[in-house]
Amino acid sequence: MLHPASETELSEIVAAARGPLRVVGGGTRAVGRPVAGEALSVAGLTGVELYEPGALTIVARAGTPLAEVERVLAAEGQRLPFEPMDHRGLLGTAGEPTIGGVVAANVSGPRRIQAGAARDSLIGVRFVDGSGTVVKNGGRVMKNVTGYDLVKLMAGSWGTLGVLTEVAFKVLPAPEAAASLAVAGLSELQAVEAMATALGSPFEVTGAAHLPGEGRTLLRIEGFSASVAYRAGRLRDLMAPFGAVTVEADAGRVAATWAGVRDVAGFAGRAGDVWRISVKPSDGPGIAARTGGEVIYDWGGGLIWVLVPEGTDLRARLGAFAGHATLVRASEATRARIAPFQPEPAPIAALSAGLRAKFDPRGILNPGLMAS
Amino acid sequence: MEMPAPDAGILSRKNRIVERLRAALPAAAVIHDEAEVRAYECDALTAYRCPPLAVVLPASTEEVATALRICHAEGVPVVPRGSGTSLAGGALPTADSVILGVSRLNRVLETDYDNRFIRVQSGRTNLSVTGAVEQEEFFYAPDPSSQLACAIAGNIAMNSGGAHCLKYGVTTNNLLGVTMVTMDGTVMEIGGAHLDAGGYDLLGVICGSEGQLGVVTEATLRILRKPEGARPVLIGYDSNEVAGACVSDIIKAGVLPVAIEFMDRPCIEATEAFAKAGYPMCEALLIVEVEGSPAEIDEQLGLIMQIARRHNPVELREAQSEDEAKRIWLGRKSAFGAMGQINDYMCLDGTIPVSELPYVLRRIGEMSKEYGLGVANVFHAGDGNMHPLILFDANKPGDLELCEAFGADILKLCVEVGGCLTGEHGVGIEKRDLMVTQFAPEDLEAQMRVKDVFDPDWLLNPAKVFPLAASRARRERAFAA
Repeated sequence: MLHPASETELSEIVAAARGPLRVVGGGTRAVGRPVAGEALSVAGLTGVELYEPGALTIVARAGTPLAEVERVLAAEGQRLPFEPMDHRGLLGTAGEPTIGGVVAANVSGPRRIQAGAARDSLIGVRFVDGSGTVVKNGGRVMKNVTGYDLVKLMAGSWGTLGVLTEVAFKVLPAPEAAASLAVAGLSELQAVEAMATALGSPFEVTGAAHLPGEGRTLLRIEGFSASVAYRAGRLRDLMAPFGAVTVEADAGRVAATWAGVRDVAGFAGRAGDVWRISVKPSDGPGIAARTGGEVIYDWGGGLIWVLVPEGTDLRARLGAFAGHATLVRASEATRARIAPFQPEPAPIAALSAGLRAKFDPRGILNPGLMAS
Repeated sequence: MEMPAPDAGILSRKNRIVERLRAALPAAAVIHDEAEVRAYECDALTAYRCPPLAVVLPASTEEVATALRICHAEGVPVVPRGSGTSLAGGALPTADSVILGVSRLNRVLETDYDNRFIRVQSGRTNLSVTGAVEQEEFFYAPDPSSQLACAIAGNIAMNSGGAHCLKYGVTTNNLLGVTMVTMDGTVMEIGGAHLDAGGYDLLGVICGSEGQLGVVTEATLRILRKPEGARPVLIGYDSNEVAGACVSDIIKAGVLPVAIEFMDRPCIEATEAFAKAGYPMCEALLIVEVEGSPAEIDEQLGLIMQIARRHNPVELREAQSEDEAKRIWLGRKSAFGAMGQINDYMCLDGTIPVSELPYVLRRIGEMSKEYGLGVANVFHAGDGNMHPLILFDANKPGDLELCEAFGADILKLCVEVGGCLTGEHGVGIEKRDLMVTQFAPEDLEAQMRVKDVFDPDWLLNPAKVFPLAASRARRERAFAA
């Protein structure tokens, strides 16, 4: 494995590469087409380089463990807004998730509906393109429209356009309190309607999930204690017509519940392939029905996790729909056979291919990982 | 600012180009009379003007595609235009270009409260997007100062912000999807009512690309339920340093105000003379606004005022009524108008790390003396987005150039302290030649490669964003082809 200790070394390795490279952060997110190539680890590029709590900004090298970033932020009562999922449980992987991996996969959690995705908090990147050139974009300030936003382009590009070496985020204060409401016994249609009602209220819901297996629809609110108590009461009244509502205010239990939603705990350790579908929330139940699998809803119904038997070609079952589906967990053989990423319409596929050719002209960075 | 010389070949073919456009589009959609095209000779950066070759005002995505296909075939540069409110010259034409205005594309196509989005044609004004959903107590969050006039198309092109970004983000954080036409006339849907991209985040790179990648004709925008209420507090300090420290402490305390606005003494004096909002005369004023129920607002403002008091304010005024809240905002909202009463002004837009506020304000004050031009500061302090207003006299020979040199020095200072040239207005032509202070050649090259993919012939708004020297080879190759 190639293991550079600095950005300069990394850029030299990429420039000198004779064949494909498989870019690795913590190695916990084995998603996409299997990539043949020499492993290039970014785990040697570590450290928080700048943190200004008063400006809500943090800058870290891409190989910095996510846990370290979160620890540094927590010490000042702050956090990453987008609540990145830990894939280890679901994928059965080991290792230390890195902040660069979070960006490369644009990993967000339940709070995405209110605070945005990883790409929304990301304000700056440095990366090494496929020629070995170091490129920077964005910066360390949260309002910046200077030139094109390659920051967004790099988020979710899975190391196919460049190898991230440094990432900068806008962060937020961690709330003083949180509460979780559970509505019991709703059908999937009722649950999506209840969640739409909650998300359309002024009470700043930061999580809206439906767990059909447990018969529970969950809502989360966060903030100052008195405010959380007030909003929990208002939401309980708002949800009462849908079903029996219970309110959980114990910080530990609320955190555990939502970590379970974030990490799709319901499907961890169970046999089968796992897909992730993003749709307009009201389309959720209809799309879920097409999958024929077991489902878990997040994002008010707009994010559907699906568990299906190994090797199921879910794309064939889904047909055409407005949104996208990603095969997140499957054997290498299945991921080689079924496109893990949503195939794109021709004009968009042409743009994607064009960008890949410009940023990685030799086609050596995670080649084929996102290919349909 | 230098603009490339118009292509003589295109100028000589004006009649043919206009005829092709007129043959393919409704008569009212093509303007070519020399007197009439003058209405499109500039945007809100009025110091620079140039009538375009022609103007097309399509009324549908298909008409946009038709116009672009013709211009593409003729090798004519196209300058997309929303409402023409750009302060950066984003919609400034060249004599050999066709202005493509989206002002007739102004309809609401779909409102969906359950899924919390609205789909509109891109010529619709920012404020009228909120106008279309406010009867259901919803709103569209980005609120640039020009929101009464500016179009969503321009907001997307410049990734516009506003006063409430600290909590709600900027355009890119509230944009879910677009219908876009590339220069060759290809129509595509990117994103939609669902969240995030299935592949590369093309939406993210289109937003803020200043009309250089494609013409957005429709947009799906996130709408939010209005908060139960909002209330501001006014805090005055006798130094910028203390006000800056107060901002930092408020943020560190875990409160996330929806807005933190900052005005310095020259700005306070000007607005007071103009709007008589009853502001105290001091060195720095903060307006901090929070949202929620009355009790939630009390709790947050209580904490903010406690922090403010620790810094010994010369004034601390909590709005007790709707009327008082309006008075607190009155001065801030009339700041630009007030400065306009005094003289011509140039509005800058650099962003700095919040921690550098006191230093940057002090340096701007020193430079103001060196240049002999007055400057007032009014800006979004929570996110470090500054808006220095430099006063000059457009009728005095040399004053504009002096003002531009002063502005360039301020922007260089923003970059030096770790910030950027523009926080929400865009580069346009105004900051184009300063890009080299923020970006290395390879950084600009990476950005220009994106344009190569979307617009290989460099026909869409070609003389913007990138320094002319950096983009010359690409632009000239286009004309040679």
